[in-house]
Amino acid sequence: MSPARRIGLGLLVASLLALWFADLSAPRPDPWLTLARIGQGLLSPDFSDPLGLANAALLTISFALCGVALGAVAGLLLAPLYHLRAVRLPCIAIRALHELFWALLLMNLTGLSPLTGVLAIGLPYAGIFAKVFSEYLDEARAGGQGLPPGTGRVTALIWQRYPQVLPQVAAYTLYRLECGLRSSAVLGFIGLPTLGFELETYFRQAQYDRAVVVLGVFFLLILPIRHWARWRLMPAYLLVSLWALSRIEVPPMGAGALGRFLGDITPAPIRTGADWGLWLDKVLWQQGVPGLVDTLVLGQLALVLAGVLAALAFPLIVPRVAGRIGAQLGHALLVLFRSTPEYMLAFLLLQILGPSMLPAVLALGLHNGAIIAHLLGRQAETLPLRADAPRGLTLWGWELLPRLQGNFRALCLYRWEIILRESAIMGVLGLGTLGFYVQKNLEELRLDRVAALLVVTVLLTLAVDSLSRRLRAALLPGDRVRIEGTRGQGAGATS
Amino acid sequence: MEPLVSLAGERLGWGESAVLSDISLDIRPGERIALLGRSGVGKSTLLAALGQRITGARVALVPQDHGLVDALSVFHNTWMGRLDEAGTARNLRILLRPSGAERAEVEAVLERVGLAGLGRRRVSQLSGGQRQRVALARALLRGGAVVLGDEPVSALDPAQAAALLAELSGQFQTSVLALHDLDLARDFATRIIGLKAGGLVLDAPVEACDRARLMELYA
Repeated sequence: MSPARRIGLGLLVASLLALWFADLSAPRPDPWLTLARIGQGLLSPDFSDPLGLANAALLTISFALCGVALGAVAGLLLAPLYHLRAVRLPCIAIRALHELFWALLLMNLTGLSPLTGVLAIGLPYAGIFAKVFSEYLDEARAGGQGLPPGTGRVTALIWQRYPQVLPQVAAYTLYRLECGLRSSAVLGFIGLPTLGFELETYFRQAQYDRAVVVLGVFFLLILPIRHWARWRLMPAYLLVSLWALSRIEVPPMGAGALGRFLGDITPAPIRTGADWGLWLDKVLWQQGVPGLVDTLVLGQLALVLAGVLAALAFPLIVPRVAGRIGAQLGHALLVLFRSTPEYMLAFLLLQILGPSMLPAVLALGLHNGAIIAHLLGRQAETLPLRADAPRGLTLWGWELLPRLQGNFRALCLYRWEIILRESAIMGVLGLGTLGFYVQKNLEELRLDRVAALLVVTVLLTLAVDSLSRRLRAALLPGDRVRIEGTRGQGAGATS
Repeated sequence: MEPLVSLAGERLGWGESAVLSDISLDIRPGERIALLGRSGVGKSTLLAALGQRITGARVALVPQDHGLVDALSVFHNTWMGRLDEAGTARNLRILLRPSGAERAEVEAVLERVGLAGLGRRRVSQLSGGQRQRVALARALLRGGAVVLGDEPVSALDPAQAAALLAELSGQFQTSVLALHDLDLARDFATRIIGLKAGGLVLDAPVEACDRARLMELYA
């Protein structure tokens, strides 16, 4: 059997197992009622708190800008050292943990302060930036000539290697700013004063007329980001952001927070001499394993849904299939789903459908499906076609899908790890994934268990990352697949 | 007889930069034209222009890079020549489940190009010569009045090449093929068009073109 067949079969078995495990009901008795009320809110939006809204919008941007800036600077400094294991492994570990988990953890150290939000975005992003920038530097190394012999390494780095990769670094950082804006909004769901906070509050109080306005403001920020995020304006943006963040009132944390934090995350058996067996049984068997299973189940179903949606939806943005006007509508649709953070989408669907795995599967599938479809569609436009190639769905089935199937698989595997990272945090919304147990232990102030579960989460992400890498290598032998590093780099550069 | 297509003093090329200038020619039904000239002189450009201008007749193309879809089978790549004949639903059905009759139709053409029995083979597993035969099979299955081919037999040995050119001229009333083998061109063509230095420098019946005159195109 060919590797592609074997992997396909494995995927099928895993998906059927996941279906069997998953609760995909919609327990809310009448989803149409909620939907109708949201529709009413949409028709009569309430703009009565413009100042509060503007403040939340400003803070959403401020957290994103400062977090991404911190991550980018750290990443740029770490990138030349990324080949060292002592740098690479910590980078892998910090980016394996979702921003929301970082925030939940840091809150015990820095409280509900601006630093929590900035670090929650900056730390995982630093890990990602370091990896992507080091790939850029590796590629630039080939052209490393022309400097006089004996030039120091740091001098060569600053004079030659950094300047060479600057355009790519700049483009990728802007792309990450868009992601940062989504992360920043989501941080509001756990109490930081961004748009997510407003959204959650209004939704929980069923004030849909206000909630839709918050949602609208978020789209007003993120949709035109390419137009307002200009490098020339960044210094000014950063200064304003620092000022805005400094105005946040921080509840006092009391002295010795770091010492307390470090003590709290130490496993109880070490701290109090409690029994290791009981502690491990509680953390690993009663919480870690069920959380892990639910995370994998949710991730698997979401991956399948994302793949199916992407394969069906990518021709929406190809003019030769959808027509010129159709392609523009397709772009608009995909942008909408790409721009809405999975967590926010899951929260919205949860309000409509009620608590089950279904809203999270839908949210992850729609968001990631739209991203894969976007990347595939852009590639489809660059495919060289015969002068007499067909149009419409015939082109989709006979030319685009078969020609792009390698890229399609690579993109799905690339999103798999990201989907699992997101699946883990869906527990914070009340699903049974790892986030649920993290949240539960946080409420009981058992930080040692939180830390242990986060280690489990990191290990899961690493395992999936390495599996996905091996599957990609088996599916596309000899093809050096680099997807993340090509994001934000202009059309058609995806493989 | 009414020409299939006529060009009168035209500039051809992509965008601003013209590859060929001042091109005038008529192509009439029944002609077998060999297009000669050094590589890069603009044969593909001229063929592409002809493909766009011929509107009244069914045209089959054999592009230089074959235009094959590697992930699909020989059958599918051959059937692609006919995708404009049916609606989307039928095309998608054939993609998933070709009928016995459809397979047989393609098999008949595959026999003519020497690929008998390879219908289910993936194109990515074929050799260079076999790939070129698939592109020829696609054109033959498509059929029609005119075939436009850009080096359609470049990957085949001279004997096979001659046989396949004969297949093409048996199937299509009119053919315009860019070729690089002069003997092959003189055996196949009724008329020779030569391009050199951005212009049309030779347009004559094959009887008027001896080898020396053709060699001048490559000097």
